[in-house]
Parts: sequence; C-alpha cells; structure tokens
Amino acid sequence: MKPKKSYNPGDMRPVNKVILYVLLYGGVLLFAFPLFWMLSTSLKTIAEIHRVPMTWFPGRLQWSNFRQIFIDAPLGRFLWNSVWYSAVTVAAVVFTSAMAAFAFARLRARGSLLLFGLVLSTMMIPSQVTLIPQYLLFTKLHWTGTYLPLVIPAFTASSFTIFLMRQFYLGISKELDEAVKIDGGGQFTMFFRILIPLSKPAFATAAILELISRWNDLFGPLIYLNDMNKYPVSLGLANFTAAYGATPWNLLMAASLVAILPLLLIFFFAQKYFIQGIVITGSKG
Amino acid sequence: MSKRTLAMKREERSFWIFIAPWFIGFICFTGGPILISLLLSFTEYNVISSPKFTGISNYLLLFKDRLFYKSLSVTLYYTVLAVPFTILTSLVIAVLLNHRIKGQSLLRTLYYAPSIVSGVAVSFLWSWLLNPQFGVVNSVLYDCFGIQGPGWFTSSGTVVPSMVLMQLTASGSTMVIFLAALQSLPADLYEAASIEGASGFTKFRKITVPLISPVILFNTIIGMIGALQIFTEAYVITKGGPDWNSYFYVYYLFDTAFKQFRMGYASAQAWILFLLIFALTLVSLWGSKKYVHYEYDSK
Repeated sequence: MKPKKSYNPGDMRPVNKVILYVLLYGGVLLFAFPLFWMLSTSLKTIAEIHRVPMTWFPGRLQWSNFRQIFIDAPLGRFLWNSVWYSAVTVAAVVFTSAMAAFAFARLRARGSLLLFGLVLSTMMIPSQVTLIPQYLLFTKLHWTGTYLPLVIPAFTASSFTIFLMRQFYLGISKELDEAVKIDGGGQFTMFFRILIPLSKPAFATAAILELISRWNDLFGPLIYLNDMNKYPVSLGLANFTAAYGATPWNLLMAASLVAILPLLLIFFFAQKYFIQGIVITGSKG
Repeated sequence: MSKRTLAMKREERSFWIFIAPWFIGFICFTGGPILISLLLSFTEYNVISSPKFTGISNYLLLFKDRLFYKSLSVTLYYTVLAVPFTILTSLVIAVLLNHRIKGQSLLRTLYYAPSIVSGVAVSFLWSWLLNPQFGVVNSVLYDCFGIQGPGWFTSSGTVVPSMVLMQLTASGSTMVIFLAALQSLPADLYEAASIEGASGFTKFRKITVPLISPVILFNTIIGMIGALQIFTEAYVITKGGPDWNSYFYVYYLFDTAFKQFRMGYASAQAWILFLLIFALTLVSLWGSKKYVHYEYDSK
C-alpha cells in the first residue's frame, strides 16, 4: 500500500491568508465568548450585572459568589452524586460493551451476524420508545426514587459503544489471536491479555463519549429521582433558581460554571481521545 | 451439515458469555420494551388501574389533538433551521481550518470545546446571554448600534431561532468530523484541478463537496435525529413557552407520560416520533442517492 498524500491547500495569496486568519480567530472568539461571559458574570456583584451601560469585566472579583452557591444549595452533594454516578455507569457501559464488541469482532457463532444486526438497528430507535415500558418496569420493581433505574441498564452495554469498540477491534491483527491459541489460551485470555491492553485508546474514547452524555443528561434523573439529596448536578442546577425570587444571574453562572468545570478539565487533559472519538463515530458513516 | 468440533462449540459458548450482558439488556430494556410500548399505544393506561384496550383510538385522538400539531410543527421548524445551519457553519469552519495555518490544533480544540458542555448549564448561560433586559447581546446592540434587541427566548417569533443560535456554538463536534474527512482527501485531484486553472471555490464545489458527501449525509441524519428529540433547552429556558412556541414534541410526550400519567397516549406519541425519524432517515438516504458519492472510500 502506498501512502496517500492528503490534500492540504497551502499556498495562497497573502491577502487571502490575512482574511483566513481573521475569520478563524474571530470565529473562535465568538465561539468562546459564551464561556468567557459565564466566567465574567460569575465574578460580578448583583449590582454590576444590572448596570447600564454594562461592563465587560467585574470591578472586583467576587470569589465569594462561589462560596455562596455552596451554602445556598447542596452543590457539593450534587457534584458528588454526578461523580460516582458517572464513574460507575461509564465503567459499566464500557466494560460490558467491550465484551460484546469482542464477541462480535472475533468469535464465530451461529446467528452472530443477525445479533449484530440487532445491535445496529437498536441504535436507530429513539429512547422515547423504550422509555415508558422501562419506567413502568422500574416502578413495579420499586426502583423509582433511587439510582437503580439509571445505573442497572448501564451494566447491559450500549449498542453505540459496542459498534465503536468493534470498529476498533477489527483493526487489530488476528495473528495475535492465533499466537494465544497456539499457546493453549482460550477466548478469555485473548480478551484480557491481548485486546484490553491493545485497545486502551478505544476504551478512553468510548468512556469519554459516555461521560459527556451521562454528565449532561437531565431527562433520566428528572424522571427517576425525586429526593433533592440524590440529584446529580444537571438536575440540581435545573432547580437552583427555585430558592430565589428574581434570578441572581451571577450566582447562577457561578453554579453553572462549577457544573461544567469537571468536564472541561477532563477535556483539556484528554482532548486527543475526545476528538478521536468524534472522528471514529463520524467517518464510518 | 458438517460436524462441529469441540473447539467450535467452545468458541460459541464463549460468544454467548461475552454478549450475555448486552443480550439480557436487549431483552429487558430494549427489545421487550419496544413490543410493550407498541401494545400500550393501543390502550388507555394511567398506571394505577390496569391497561384498557382501546384499539387505534389513541392515534385517532392524536390526529385531532391541536397540541400534537403545535408541538410537531415547532419541532420540525427547529429541525429545519438547526440542521442546515449547523452543517453549514461546521463545514465552513472545517474547510477554513484545513489550510496550513499557525495554531491549527489549538483552534480545533477551541472550536470543539464548547460542544462538550451542553444541557442545563449551557441553557442557563444562553438564557442569560440573550436576556432581553440585561443580556450582553441586547446591551451591545443598544449601546453600540442603538438597536432595541428582540425578546429572544421570551417572544413567540424568536424563541425557536434563539434555540438554533444556541445550538450553533455546539457545531464543534460536527466540525471535527468534517475536518477529519477533509484531511483524508487525495491530493492528486486537487493538483489536477489546479493545473486546469480551477479556482478555490470551483474546487470546493466540484471536488470537496462530492467527495465528502457521505459525511455530509451522515451528519445531516444524526443532526436531524438529535434535533427532533430536543427537550432540555426548552425545559430549562422557556418551559415550552411563550404561548407553546417552544413546546417541542418530546416535551409534550414528557408531560403526557409523567405529568398526566397517560401512558397509552404517550406511547402512541413515541411511536409516531419513531416512525417520523425512520421515514425522514429513509427519505434522506433515498433522496440523496443522486448526490452522494461513495467512490473515494478513505480507509
């Protein structure tokens, strides 16, 4: 296979180059502005945010806003709930999906293609279709009001993650499998000794995509949880203003910032996997 | 039929062990519920008393339900605006980013970052940015241009476009997909076109767009499915208002199921949504056949 030279338009006239830079860097300012504004508002006083004409930066940084929000609402509790809930579900989804993906990519069995067809077709079904019977099932089991309806299904893999991991496994050479077989190892050795160590990037990618959706999800917690002490940060934040009369935008922005900060931090440390994940899922369409 | 060896049997047994978690989940949380949901859609069920079979009356009721049409039309309106704008914005950024420029990977990161945060926090942020009285957008419009800004989320005419605008800052993930596709395009075609004297825009139209058309199609379908299920933004910012103008389809379904506990009716709504998504996906796949090219498979 000869290496394919990829297209990368390089030479352009200086004028065009200037326009390009202005567009791209200007565009980035627009994209990043909302997050800047969140930060700026979160450090202002309530008088400052209602000042006309408005100010771009806070006069004196009101770090006390960040102390205040933890007093006004059990934000620490919400964050902790989100952390353990995301950690457990992400680990569960990724591991069980990796197992299924390994089976679909590597093991021969009758009906395997048909079953994989089922995996693919369930990816297309909107969650609203299964929502109501699931809710009724969990009500019958007396699981509502607890995290069980949100956590237990995570132990049964996700079709999207299975698909993503299978794509990755298909790219790993089968010669290693043969080597394991010759050494007398079985399928479990193959999975734990070869595929798991080799597919760390796939694990990271799948975990991060799952984490984003779990952390941001409002719908699930909204339906199943009713005790405020159990709220994850998404639902807790949605109810944050309930304690106040008029919306204290500075406090609300401070709380919003705290709610997304963990995700942003993880993003900046592991951005390679974020982007990889998006690319894998997108380019195979 | 050939006799199956011991090794094959063992492999098959392992296969079932490895897919067991998924398979159990499929039966309990996906496959089973799909069937039950279909059955429920033909009943009246309020959770307390047992379901009563009512034939297709839920569907008949839906087609007479004015709120159903309202929620469907605002959802379609949102989808029709949000999907093309997102595709266009992200494609333009990706094409610009695909030049040899300083700070390419930093820019990619910065464009992508806003799209990982979504949901409640971002909804609050936008409701503050677009606050008619004290929001920064209207303040700038007034202070710099003397324009009285619109009511954004608080006015019937602008609430859906405001949601679209909010969605645009999340174009980053679509942009990353386009960028990856662009970077895998073969250089020889472009060189040939340059020799023929084609301009940059001609090259974009005649080479780039056809070559990445499968990716455009993929992003359109994924975007469409997501847009049709919009919920959180409306729940947090507008509560479906003003005057039902952001009362999206899933919001109505949510209220039917979990505020009114009309599980049969809500199941019928879910199935209509499913059929709609299915039909629109098929139409996109079929309707785009003429325009989508699969010759250049970049693997």
